[in-house]
Amino acid sequence: MSILEIKNITKSFGSLVANDNISLSLDAGEILALLGENGAGKTTLMNILFGHYTADKGSISIDGELLPPGSTEAAIKAGVGMVHQHFTLADNLSVLDNIILGTENLFAWRQDLSGARAKLEKMAEEFGLAVKPDILVGELSVGERQRVEILKVLYRDARVLILDEPTAVLTPQETEGLFATLKKLTDKGLGVIFISHKLNEILAISNRVAVLRRGAITGIVKTVDADRAMLAEMMVGHKVTRPRLEAAAAGAVVLQLSGVSVSGNTPTPLLNNIDLEVCAHEIVGVAGVAGNGQSALASLLSGLTRPASGTVELHGEALGEVTPNLMVSLGVGRIPEDRHASGVVGEMAVWENLISETLKSSEISHGRFWIKKPDALKRTEQLIEQYDVRCEGPLQQTKLLSGGNMQKLILARALSSDPSFILANQPVRGLDEGAIAYVQTQLLAARQRGAGILLISEDLDELMSLCDKLVVMYHGELSAPFVPKQKTVQEIGLMMAGHRPETGQEAAYAN
Amino acid sequence: MQIEPRANVSVLRAGLAPIIAVLAALVLCSVLIVWAGAPVLESYFLLFKGALGSRFALTETITRSIPLMFTGLAAAIAFRAKFYNIGAEGQLYCGALAATYFGTGLVVLPALLMVPFLMIVGALAGGLILIIPVLLKTHMKVDEVVTTLLLNFIILLLVSFLIEGPWKDPMAMGWPQAASIIDEGVLPLLMSKGRLHAGLLFALAAAFLVWVMMRFTVWGYEIKAVGLNAKAAEFAGIRINSTIIRTAMISGGLAGLAGVSEVAGLKGYLTLDISPGFGYTGIAVAMLAQLHPLAVIPAALFLSAVYVGADAMSRAVAIPTYIADVLVGVSVLCVLISVMLTKFKIRWR
Repeated sequence: MSILEIKNITKSFGSLVANDNISLSLDAGEILALLGENGAGKTTLMNILFGHYTADKGSISIDGELLPPGSTEAAIKAGVGMVHQHFTLADNLSVLDNIILGTENLFAWRQDLSGARAKLEKMAEEFGLAVKPDILVGELSVGERQRVEILKVLYRDARVLILDEPTAVLTPQETEGLFATLKKLTDKGLGVIFISHKLNEILAISNRVAVLRRGAITGIVKTVDADRAMLAEMMVGHKVTRPRLEAAAAGAVVLQLSGVSVSGNTPTPLLNNIDLEVCAHEIVGVAGVAGNGQSALASLLSGLTRPASGTVELHGEALGEVTPNLMVSLGVGRIPEDRHASGVVGEMAVWENLISETLKSSEISHGRFWIKKPDALKRTEQLIEQYDVRCEGPLQQTKLLSGGNMQKLILARALSSDPSFILANQPVRGLDEGAIAYVQTQLLAARQRGAGILLISEDLDELMSLCDKLVVMYHGELSAPFVPKQKTVQEIGLMMAGHRPETGQEAAYAN
Repeated sequence: MQIEPRANVSVLRAGLAPIIAVLAALVLCSVLIVWAGAPVLESYFLLFKGALGSRFALTETITRSIPLMFTGLAAAIAFRAKFYNIGAEGQLYCGALAATYFGTGLVVLPALLMVPFLMIVGALAGGLILIIPVLLKTHMKVDEVVTTLLLNFIILLLVSFLIEGPWKDPMAMGWPQAASIIDEGVLPLLMSKGRLHAGLLFALAAAFLVWVMMRFTVWGYEIKAVGLNAKAAEFAGIRINSTIIRTAMISGGLAGLAGVSEVAGLKGYLTLDISPGFGYTGIAVAMLAQLHPLAVIPAALFLSAVYVGADAMSRAVAIPTYIADVLVGVSVLCVLISVMLTKFKIRWR
């Protein structure tokens, strides 16, 4: 019996058709995976379902009853619950407060806290989602926060649970915990829509897979009948080949960190006494769950923060006061984690973003003041051609570029000066397959030319296939480097959760 | 109601938007005129005539737009860097103070040098007073809206103290005003009749120079980048704090020039009422101009016309001059809304 029926949903934004005549159904007790690349229309569809957008055409019904379009309130009332990729929790409120937030009558005289607590505890027990109701959300780990998000949705008596990329922030072990929870939920008769682009997870957890490409459904298959290659092809539209690492002998040491610590506003340091070596012709991968100090390491190597102690050496020379300009002038190519937030200024033109790191160089400006716009435009046209940036031209606003083309623009800026060290922080996050292959090929080509590359990623598969060496980051500390093939995904997953292979015991951390 | 971005914005739509907005503001304000018991069309005709209808009216409108151009530029450039300088009023008085201090006999230069000299010291005074709020912002994250705003009152009280006390002109028959600017320092009149003075040329030149700076130089690039996305600017190696401090100096300097131009051009001496809120109206000018330096010129002329015309209107029919403030406020709101509507469309259902 289907609890959710999506019929012929069509939605366009201007000339872009985000959803093209999409029909789906979800049965009670079923996990339906929604697979698709960035921009395939997954989020638009879920936003229509959840009432954030109104569809141009089509209808949605729950338990046979038509859902009024464009009303989030009605969707929640009908039992649709959504767990967003970026949690929507207030850190300074308790778990209980977060869960009941928005469910109470605004004009009620008093809160029924004990009733809420009883309901929460009953639910937590029923679904095996243990939480402490009175602890502040700010003190919870990422996995626990996700549990609170799920409870928040269940508290509103959801019967259709939508999870948007729920595993992006979890360790492999936490992911297994989440999957166990999902199984329990479906056993109780809930329907789950699981949005993801990670094929192995979809194969592990779902009953059926619906694949979206360019706004349209390219197929709905039973998971038992599916395999990786088939799903990937349905998602991308053609056979997927990613570049492979070719053996190369490592060269001289390019970057060396010795005993580096970086302190933040937290009681524990962001980076704690780390040692790291990156050689020419070598890609070193940093694995780890998001928020374990990767950002601090990236800011350090981007020149944004200074180490509290320890030394950073480039080509054997210790760096003093680091700044972004210094790093660029020393031949460091930097690919930032979030291209929208810190990679480009979206409202500025393509050519302006290409020159942003070299504004005061003699090629770009007279006397570090007067911008040589004709020269900059010519150079931009060259790089657009060379790096295959699809845009209307140098004068186009950068925010109008697709994610992949924006990343190519950043690659052009970072790599065109032929850097000897490259910091690539999540360089393929959110890109489609074609762009991923392009970025990875460029990185491998830079390695071939002799650059040393530090690749920070949350995607273990990517790291395993691209890196000569891996280190695992946990609570601001780095493991000893190892060759990816020498460990299994499970072993690396344990290291990401804080276990140390040398002792076999959980590392004792001050938190 | 849903708001969706438009795929592309046509030039026609972008150009028409402010005009339609101003018309809408006139329609909205006609309600107030009816309320005041005056005929709407005649009132607007009188407003128009009072602002532009004669040679005298026209020169008055232009004269009054000069300080608005300076303060409008001051707000526009600061807002571009997301430095919300609300203190142009105070910086204007700082410029006026500097012009008075140096221009009433302390320094005597030939006219060709004296006028630029007063402009420079006025700009310096206006810029330097911003040092306090800007350093509080860059180093201690103190909100500049509060500090620049409150600084206005401190400076106004200082001016009041000076012209009631140590700087009071003994020849002024007891009026609270400072001594006159020496003849060499007075901005020449541009026309034999009327009050239009050479401050206009300085204002137009300032608008042009700010435009050139924003469009063609590294400084302008840095201001735009810091304002639009400080994180990306910092990542690219632009020094955020230096950029904000430099922008604040330029902004305060421009506001200071407004003070010099009023003291050395229009009045000839410092009083406590050289500015009826030019610093604050400058913010409206900048908003109307959508922070574009050249668009500040027509925006300042428009607001000046509204104020001058409203004076004339209120003399002719019994409507309070406050209608001008309302009209300016409604115009700014309408323009902001119309600009949003050129970029987004609203869907009702």
